[in-house]
Amino acid sequence: MPTTTINGREVAVDDEGFMTEYDQWDDAMGAALAEAIGVEMTDEHWKAIHFLRDDFKVQGETPTIRRVSTAGGIDTKQLFVLFPKKPAKKMAYIAGLPKPHGCV
Amino acid sequence: MTAVNEMIVPAFDDDVETGRKLAIICSKGSLDMAYPGLILGNAALGEGVELHLFFTFWGFDMITKGRMENLKFSPVGNTAAHIPAALAPFPGMTSMATHMMQKSMDALEIPAVPEFLDLIVASGGHLWACQLSADMNKLKKEDLYDGVEAIINASDFIEMTNGAQLLFI
Repeated sequence: MPTTTINGREVAVDDEGFMTEYDQWDDAMGAALAEAIGVEMTDEHWKAIHFLRDDFKVQGETPTIRRVSTAGGIDTKQLFVLFPKKPAKKMAYIAGLPKPHGCV
Repeated sequence: MTAVNEMIVPAFDDDVETGRKLAIICSKGSLDMAYPGLILGNAALGEGVELHLFFTFWGFDMITKGRMENLKFSPVGNTAAHIPAALAPFPGMTSMATHMMQKSMDALEIPAVPEFLDLIVASGGHLWACQLSADMNKLKKEDLYDGVEAIINASDFIEMTNGAQLLFI
C-alpha cells in the first residue's frame, strides 16, 4: 500500500490515490485534495465534505450520492454542479474517504 | 510500502470528452426487471456517462402514472425464484412475492421506481417513451411520468443513440 505526500504530510493511500486512514485527514488536506483535482471549494462544497466525514464516522462507510441528498440535505442536481461528472468519487476523494460501495 | 512524493491523483476524466453515452432499452414491466435498468443507469450517471432510458412495450408501465407505483413480481415461469412451479400460480403468490421483493429493496435502501426515476432525472438522465407503445396503449404524454422528455419513434431513438453503448432489458 503506497503512501504519498499531501499538503506536506505523508499519508496512506490506496493504488488510486484515495486516502485510507480516516484520522490522517483535516480541512487543510481536504483543500489540497480539492485543488489537485481542480475543484474550487465554496461553503456549499465544504458542507458536502463535512457531511461525508460525519456520516462515515457514524455509518462506517462512505455515503452514496443518494444518501448525501436525502440525509445530507443537498439537492442531487446541485451535487452534479458542485462536483461535475463524478460527484460521488470526487467528494470521497476530497473528504479523504474510500469510494462509496453502495449501488444507489 | 512504496513512498511516492508526488501526489497520486485518481483520474476523474474531467478533461476527457470521451462523449461516452449509454442507452438502456427498458422493455419489461415487472418489478424485478424494472431495477436493472435503473441501477445501471444511475451508476452510469454517477460516472459522468450520458444516459438515455427508452421505455417500450411492458416497460411503459414503469413510466405510466398509476402503474409505476404498483409494479408486481410473479414467480410463475421463473425457476430462479425458487418456488415449486406448481405453487407459483397460486392466488396470493404474486402479492406475496412482490411484497417480499419490495422489502428486500427497502432493506438495502434502494428507492421505489418513481423515486428512482426522480433521482435519475435529477442526476441528468434522459427518459424517452416509445411512440408505438404509446399508440398501442392509447396513452399520451400527460398520462406519463413528468420526467419523460418526449414520446419518440424508433428512428429518433436510433439517431439519438449514434455512437452510444446499448443495453436491452
